[in-house]
Amino acid sequence: MLRTVLSRLGTALPSLAGVVVITFLLTRVLPGDPALYFAGPVASPEAIAAIRAQLGLDQPLWTQFAGYVAALFRGDLGTSLTTGRPVVEDIAARLPASAELTLLGLFIAVGIAVPLGILAALRQGSWIDHLCRLVTTAGVSLPVFFTGLLAVYVFYYLLGWSPAPLGRLDSFLSEPPARTGFLLIDSLLAGDTEVFRAALGQILLPALTLGIFALAPLARMTRAAMLAALSAEFIRTARANGLGGRTIVFAYAFRNAMLPVLTTLGMVFSFLLGANVLVEKVFAWPGIGSYAVEALIASDFAPVQGFVLTMAILYILLNLAIDLLYGLIDPRMRKVA
Amino acid sequence: MQRRAFLAATAGALAAPALRPAPAEAQSASRAETLLLVQEYGPNSMDMQGIGASQPVNGVALNCYDRLLSYKKVPLPDGGGHSFTLHALEPELAESWQEASDGMSVTFKLREAKFHSGRPVRAQDVKWSLDRAVSIGGFATTQMAAGSMEKPEQFVALDDRTFRIDFIRKDKLLMPNLGVTIPYVIDSETAKANSGGDPWAKEWLKNNVAGSGAFKVESWKPGVETIYARNDDWWNASKPKLRRIITRDIPSPSTRRALLERGDADVSALLPPKDFADLAAAGKVKVVGVPVPNGIWYCAMNSATGPFTDVRLRQAVAWAMPYEKIMQAALYGRGVIMSGAEGGPTTAWPQPFPYNTNIEKARALVQQAAPGGITTSVLFDAGQATVAEPIALLVKEALAPLGITVELNKVPGSNFRGELAKKNSPMVINRFAGWLDWPDYYFFWNFHGSNSIFNVASYQNPEMDRLIDTARFTSDAAAYEAAVKGFIGMAQREAPVVPLAQPLHDMAMQKNIGGYQFWPCREPDFRAFTKG
Repeated sequence: MLRTVLSRLGTALPSLAGVVVITFLLTRVLPGDPALYFAGPVASPEAIAAIRAQLGLDQPLWTQFAGYVAALFRGDLGTSLTTGRPVVEDIAARLPASAELTLLGLFIAVGIAVPLGILAALRQGSWIDHLCRLVTTAGVSLPVFFTGLLAVYVFYYLLGWSPAPLGRLDSFLSEPPARTGFLLIDSLLAGDTEVFRAALGQILLPALTLGIFALAPLARMTRAAMLAALSAEFIRTARANGLGGRTIVFAYAFRNAMLPVLTTLGMVFSFLLGANVLVEKVFAWPGIGSYAVEALIASDFAPVQGFVLTMAILYILLNLAIDLLYGLIDPRMRKVA
Repeated sequence: MQRRAFLAATAGALAAPALRPAPAEAQSASRAETLLLVQEYGPNSMDMQGIGASQPVNGVALNCYDRLLSYKKVPLPDGGGHSFTLHALEPELAESWQEASDGMSVTFKLREAKFHSGRPVRAQDVKWSLDRAVSIGGFATTQMAAGSMEKPEQFVALDDRTFRIDFIRKDKLLMPNLGVTIPYVIDSETAKANSGGDPWAKEWLKNNVAGSGAFKVESWKPGVETIYARNDDWWNASKPKLRRIITRDIPSPSTRRALLERGDADVSALLPPKDFADLAAAGKVKVVGVPVPNGIWYCAMNSATGPFTDVRLRQAVAWAMPYEKIMQAALYGRGVIMSGAEGGPTTAWPQPFPYNTNIEKARALVQQAAPGGITTSVLFDAGQATVAEPIALLVKEALAPLGITVELNKVPGSNFRGELAKKNSPMVINRFAGWLDWPDYYFFWNFHGSNSIFNVASYQNPEMDRLIDTARFTSDAAAYEAAVKGFIGMAQREAPVVPLAQPLHDMAMQKNIGGYQFWPCREPDFRAFTKG
């Protein structure tokens, strides 16, 4: 097991090196000049040149790259010009916010999508199958900012059930001491139920919005995988041997159907983590996606590079975790590994 | 609701542990003395003099630092608050000042005031701060130079409470330029003690406030929120009414509007004009719009290269421009229209040009200059697309019947300035607002042959330069008036730039919020707000 993990991590190193080189080059090739942008409205050419020198942008490309890599080995991702803080701090502050939101959103999505997919596969052509089709179609076709704004309009503006979409926590509450960075967990660890309830209230609507979006691929994949599994010969054998319906569905069919669902889950998670910019904007969520996009618009290189690198590392870890889970679900995989 | 009241009480108790009033009092006090302001994005630094400081950093400079002087407040016509005039200066850290008899220096007497650190404000601090502003480079240095403050040798600390500025030339902008959000006074000893060897303590001041102003920064989470707390030791006897200001960064304008309409936010800055128009019409909240001094939306045409070097084509565009439609469909009425002037130029700026929408005149001019028609493109900033894009579309639509085909060229903020610097875009839709509200200041940046990045039309004309320079440095009122009318008239005839509208700077707030104060930097002044 440990050997598997280590060898998998070893093969990931070249990909990481590639990511470092490519993001560095890409950010330099993009149009837009940070020195011009940050020189302010009435800058003279000398002022712009001074800023360019201060940012090190007048150096040859390979010198800049060497400096970047050297800093990387010290764990220094550079300083963001838009927030004025070290990128490592920014990402450390924002990644938990995104991760908490994405995980809860995914949790909601799985909680709805998997049962819905299974039922739709079991009762093909029934009303629940149609409901599944309707929900998945709506999930993929409604853009998240639309569902988000609609949710704000209905649950906050009209009904007043949801608290003000002001980010992670009401301004009048103070955050619990950070341990995991997840407010829901930190507040429980600190025994502060007031903050927990407030944080839950804030996160529910954006998580639901994300959940609706993530639901579609999961429900469809569950349904398709279940259909394939249910029509397989070993199920017929199990039926012929007189096993109970419940055992057949859960112990045999669903366990086999879980592999593709798990793959989709991994894809959806890593996609959502970086791509829920619009949900972050609508709910003023201080997440990592909007951070990267704003940096990109300002030609602020360091946060963009830091973001891509963080995402690459997360992706690698996530794929590893999913591969290990495969092994737990499917004994054949263990042998292969 | 009870939960909220409880939380408010808790927060109030935490915020002011020294006072400890009875719980019921604390409840009402903390809510009533706290202002929640929502904005698109917050400050990226605490140091407006530093390189790369974003627009909201002006707010930190305004509220947490003091300057030598300030401007006289002028009530807004609709009673919504106050604007200002740059032509009457008011004391701030300087108690009084006296210009020398030769008119080549000014001496300030400082009042007794304390920095947040408890140290007294001394003339040496003022000198260090102004030295820093002229030496640090970037925007701060350029802004200081706009008032002929260029070298540290100009600033002299005579004793602890007396400070002198020597002029390198007579410049009427020097004194008003001391009231903008750049030459603020920094606690130099504290800054130097924490500087880590940097002579201007850039890194430390970027993350810390060392001022004497009415507010301190209680917490700053970039991209999330900034909380300001009142400085109870402020020198001014009329203390701010509000104890605490919370500014939250809410990127989505729809969410900001919802927060305001539901009553959860007290003040919202920077919404699209349509939202302000809707809010003003609905009447649930108060919308205060101040015409941005020295500011216009304009369409510039490149008079150095490309088709618009021909003045007749520029005039044709000025006649074809759909001014009224732009005001309605792009600005939703939140502006002052800039067309149809009669009776020759005045000394006001901005002022309407003598063009209105007249397709026949436009067509005749195009027939003379380019009977075969032309194809061109119009550049605008994606960051301003809410207003600039509809304008560009209306311009495209209006010019099509004349045989002028316009392609839209929308670029993001970081590229936009680069595109302007190239000076080769045939048409640009943009806005400009100069802090110092003088027509010659505006024209120096936008029409002078020194060809700054803001001379978007790349307009070059020695006669124009002569008029602008005369107006900038003459002390004779009649000569000034003649020069200003001269260059405005010239701009109207030559039309390198067609003004479209003077935008309103809009703020929306709850009806119980009063005391709104508008300054050149456009950031709200927390010292003046009231809530009741």
